Amino acid sequence: MVDKTVIAKQFIEAIPHARALGLELTHIGDGEAEIGLPYNPDLVGDPRTGVIHGGAVSAMLDTCCGAAVMSHPSAPGGTATIDLRIDYMRAAQPGQTITTRAVCYHITRNVAFVRATACDDDADRPVATASGAFTVERT
Amino acid sequence: MPRPRPEPMQVVKQRRDAALNALVGEIPYVQFMGFTFDRRGDELTGVLNFDDKLIGNPFLPAIHGGVTAAFLEVTAIVTLSWAQLYPRIESGELDAEAMTRDGFAGLPKTIDFTVDYLRSGLPRDAYARATVNRSGRRYASVHVAAWQDNRDKLFAQGTGHFLMPQPRKDGPQA
Repeated sequence: MVDKTVIAKQFIEAIPHARALGLELTHIGDGEAEIGLPYNPDLVGDPRTGVIHGGAVSAMLDTCCGAAVMSHPSAPGGTATIDLRIDYMRAAQPGQTITTRAVCYHITRNVAFVRATACDDDADRPVATASGAFTVERT
Repeated sequence: MPRPRPEPMQVVKQRRDAALNALVGEIPYVQFMGFTFDRRGDELTGVLNFDDKLIGNPFLPAIHGGVTAAFLEVTAIVTLSWAQLYPRIESGELDAEAMTRDGFAGLPKTIDFTVDYLRSGLPRDAYARATVNRSGRRYASVHVAAWQDNRDKLFAQGTGHFLMPQPRKDGPQA
């Protein structure tokens, strides 16, 4: 199990787009994952406000959900997104790191179900939430 | 009554392209991702210009699911905003300079967005077109479809709801 966690962590950090966004995997294991997205002016969606674009938040949510699936004890290996719904509650505060926590709350032989929440420093008011279905790849 | 003489083609193209550039050219994230837009009359096609940094699975390799989501979402927002602004750009009420100088009320905000992943994104360019299914004063519903080699074989589609920018009560409106 420890080996799988190490592999998953290395795998996430080897994803070219995760590196381009500057994603940092801070926790993974037992169907849960936590990823941080440090503030970066390149990812701004509206230059007048400095708020990070929703697309960057979507990419982080997707990565975090995938990581949660791979770390689940019943998941044999890789995964791919079947569908992902994202709800945007509010704009993230410019300058703050956005942190996403994802939980794979149910898994079958073929499908994994995941929920995720993204917050900035104000952890009581989510920036965005996601829920999705992922494939369970056989190894 | 004789019909007015049509405007020279270059005047028309310059006006529309400058307005489109004012809408999307200043968004850092869109530059970072390398998303561009092809315009044919009022129709827009989003273009994902492939780059290694957009890869999600380096072993296949395949485009990152988050990149696909972002591409669909950007195409939906820009198409929705463009559909709203186009008549005003054509009537001369709004031009690129006014959009850049005064800013306009801004782009629509995403309320929710759902992505359907139909096949894995191959490591090459992708295209997307959005359809505005409903656009009211406050809310809009948009569908967007993306393909790579074959227009009939979508690799992803999405649907989302958006909050329309509200005209400012003071100062210049857009």
